[in-house]
Amino acid sequence: MARMKFLCDADRCIECNACVTACKNEHDVPWGINRRRVVTINDGKPGERSISMACMHCTDAPCAAVCPVNCFYTTADAVVLHSKELCIGCGYCFYACPFGAPQYPRVGNFGSRGKMDKCTYCSGGPLADNSLAEYAAYGANRLAQGKLPLCAEMCSTKALLAGDSDMIATIYKERVLKRGYGSGAWGWQTAYKETIAT
Amino acid sequence: MRSSLRSLVAPLAVAMALSLSAPAIAQQQQQQPSSVNPTASSVQERQLLEALRAGTPGTGTTLHGRITIPDTNASNLIQPQGQAWRSVHQGLMHWIAAIAILGMLAVLVLFYLVRGKIRILHGISGIRVLRFSAFERLVHWMVASCFIILGLSGLNVTLGKFLLPQLFGEGVFATFSQWAKYAHNYLAWPFMLGLAFMFLMWVAHNIPGRIDIDWIRRGGGIIGSDHPPARKFNAGQKGIFWAVIIGGGTLSLSGFYLLFPYYAGGVLGGQFWNIVHGVAGVLLIAVIFAHIYIGTIGMEGASEAMTTGEVDLNWAKEHHSLWVEEERVKASIHPQAPQPAE
Repeated sequence: MARMKFLCDADRCIECNACVTACKNEHDVPWGINRRRVVTINDGKPGERSISMACMHCTDAPCAAVCPVNCFYTTADAVVLHSKELCIGCGYCFYACPFGAPQYPRVGNFGSRGKMDKCTYCSGGPLADNSLAEYAAYGANRLAQGKLPLCAEMCSTKALLAGDSDMIATIYKERVLKRGYGSGAWGWQTAYKETIAT
Repeated sequence: MRSSLRSLVAPLAVAMALSLSAPAIAQQQQQQPSSVNPTASSVQERQLLEALRAGTPGTGTTLHGRITIPDTNASNLIQPQGQAWRSVHQGLMHWIAAIAILGMLAVLVLFYLVRGKIRILHGISGIRVLRFSAFERLVHWMVASCFIILGLSGLNVTLGKFLLPQLFGEGVFATFSQWAKYAHNYLAWPFMLGLAFMFLMWVAHNIPGRIDIDWIRRGGGIIGSDHPPARKFNAGQKGIFWAVIIGGGTLSLSGFYLLFPYYAGGVLGGQFWNIVHGVAGVLLIAVIFAHIYIGTIGMEGASEAMTTGEVDLNWAKEHHSLWVEEERVKASIHPQAPQPAE
């Protein structure tokens, strides 16, 4: 099976936030929750870069390690998903996550913040694929339909890549080779303990 | 003279000509795309992470930038401390809990086997003395019952997953943990209220004094069968009192920051207070084990103080001789106060 990953080519990202909007629309994500966001580093300074960031679907995911009810699981495509039926909304994954991916529908009081929500790599949850119940709880399941995550699919500059690790790494390497520069695969070292040698 | 001037001007003219043509060469070079590297000046993740790791001033604690969505917490791009928190929470924390709780249980079992139940040396006199008023007992049991549920649900959220899902199934365990979390969050409030009352009621009796040094030096009746004099609370009980006040206070403060995470400065604050909460919790559980032991199976006549509120006169004389004297003086000053039946 494939090892699914995200890769944001920061030299291409133009901070249009279309990935953020597409994600919210595709999964009908509730108000106040952003499964994906675009962060601009060194804003307004020379060398400024924007990076689209969501759950990185880490290898040996910290969220899964600290979860007190073991609600996380890794799919055959190496996507980290969770069961909202099991989640107790304790916030531990929120403490452990290096990317700020876990979100809670009700902010402020952790006592009543509700079930955690995060990027599913457009592959739903533990419920039946493409069922109404799955859509309501986790959003669309594009992977089950043979499609890649929408954020990457509709990226206008193709800065955000989604797909098998080897394939997107090859695409990125070719780009770097051709244009002669590349600021690296942001978050890969933290998420996968590896980076793309260019 | 003229020749020497010319010899000066000639190299100057050459130098000027060279300096004029230099920008033209540079411009030519810039027009060549293959030699341009926009990332030479661009922000690099590795450099930022290294600056974080080195604690370079001005870098803060996370890789963060600007976002255009309203959730300002989302401006953190990478916060590597999550990994450190994970290793403490999944490693060291389990060891602290195991050593504190199992260690205390082992010590108590060993102590019971060696020392046995501490008896009332002069037997039961049958004369009852009021030790704790109804209000004092109410506060004690409010804090105690809350603490038992808080302690169990707290242990469940850290250690429960290693045993309970295998026994009862993941679904049942998750539902139980959900209710345990609600209980933990809401029972924290009566616990804190009771803690405040406990402090006000008993702080005057728990100021350490010279008598406590003597009590500790004589083994407090715990080691050996000596019965050093004590007022309402002996040095051991004062220790329990301050452990509950300081430990409970720490748990209250850290728990407050966990309930309302953004008062503690976001994710990093949450990680810090979570560890403080966990360590304080297991240490206080261990202390309370010792408290329960000595109040029940460890000592004859002790549990009545917190159930009926009355203790046997001989028990009181042996363990709290000075307190009995104080009570006797009080009773003789106020003769209308009800006397214990002879």
